[in-house]
Amino acid sequence: MKNIKNPLLERLLNGIIKENPTVVLMLGMCPTLAVTTSMINGIGMGLSTTVVLAFSNACISALRKFIPNSVRMPSYIVIVASLVTIVQFLMQGYFPGLYTSLGIYIPLIVVNCIILGRAESYASKNPVLPSFFDGIGMGLGFTISISIIGLLRELLGAGQALGYQVLPLSENGHLGYSPIAIFVLAPGAFFILSFLIAIMNVVRDKMAKAGKPLSPAVGSVFTGDCSGCSLKSTCQGHITTKECEREE
Amino acid sequence: MKTIILLLVSSAIVNNVVLSQFLGLCPFLGVSKKTETAAGMGAAVIFVITLASFVTGILYNFILKPLDLDYLNTIVFIIVIAALVQFVEMVLKKYVKSLYESLGVYLPLITTNCAVLGTALNVVAKDLDILTGTIYGFGVGIGFFIAIVIMAGIREKIEYNDIPKPFRGTAIVVLAAGLMAIAFMGFSGIIN
Repeated sequence: MKNIKNPLLERLLNGIIKENPTVVLMLGMCPTLAVTTSMINGIGMGLSTTVVLAFSNACISALRKFIPNSVRMPSYIVIVASLVTIVQFLMQGYFPGLYTSLGIYIPLIVVNCIILGRAESYASKNPVLPSFFDGIGMGLGFTISISIIGLLRELLGAGQALGYQVLPLSENGHLGYSPIAIFVLAPGAFFILSFLIAIMNVVRDKMAKAGKPLSPAVGSVFTGDCSGCSLKSTCQGHITTKECEREE
Repeated sequence: MKTIILLLVSSAIVNNVVLSQFLGLCPFLGVSKKTETAAGMGAAVIFVITLASFVTGILYNFILKPLDLDYLNTIVFIIVIAALVQFVEMVLKKYVKSLYESLGVYLPLITTNCAVLGTALNVVAKDLDILTGTIYGFGVGIGFFIAIVIMAGIREKIEYNDIPKPFRGTAIVVLAAGLMAIAFMGFSGIIN
């Protein structure tokens, strides 16, 4: 059976592979850098974002015919903020440790541009069920990518994976791994991201030459300006036009 | 006085909003191609964050906290910030034309900037009162201004360099941000 024919499965795979929000679209970089100090933080952040994304997509899609176009952004923000508050409570109740280590980055899911971007570009134009699965796919894509980044940083920075010491440290004269502590600190996040962009540049080139170009990256981390911003409609592209005028 | 200066230094430099908290990365990378535009964006962020921490501080201390509604923080703050930014834009457009021309274009972009909401939430998490909260917000804005102007300066110089092909574009810019973050880590010894 050709699985890809199933539209819901196609949505899932689209989010996880074809339009992976972190690796391919390069969106939502604030949480990607901030919470990936360990793999478990990455998984926690990713899954809570997935829940918010799936339900916000479903709600926005269900209400898409009732929300007037002129106030759609504030309405989306209210819906997303309510869902984030619910997720925040659930985490505080059931995963207090994770809740403390993610800190203010949980409420900041509200301004994660993956969520408003999907609301604007997919959920506001499509029926509920595909939107819901689009949210799950995008969320899982985000979860997988930031968990892997978290694992890399944890492994390089502390020799651990999910809190277990997998690379034995050198002690008492025994040869072992000496952790590169900078990778669990703030600069390490920037270095990892930089190498990710460089690797993706090469992959992009290769795929384009093979005739199978990847979806274009839209995040400012890749484009270096606001041209791909999903919220451009709210600022009418002021910044980009102004920068262009000055260049001319 | 001493605590105020310490608060300013810690929020602006030691715990830099972009380089150690990763908030506001979009404008940091999106509007840092030229020093002039970067400075405009930085000034707008200082203005908005200071104002937003003041207003959210008043709301939190006089309405949300006394009524035990602090679980509504996120929703109230994001709506208030969005409304505030729109309102400030309208006021500037009508009454202070010159300021509108230099800052106005950046304002809508800041509405959904995580630095603004993050600062408002941080003020609550750190349990600061209205005055120190506003000062903290001002410091955060200054920190953003410093980071984005330095970044723009570096990017203007990067333009003329011969960069390995995969790193052309933003990869080298993010790497530079990492080096800046190392430099800013050096300040963490100032305040314990």
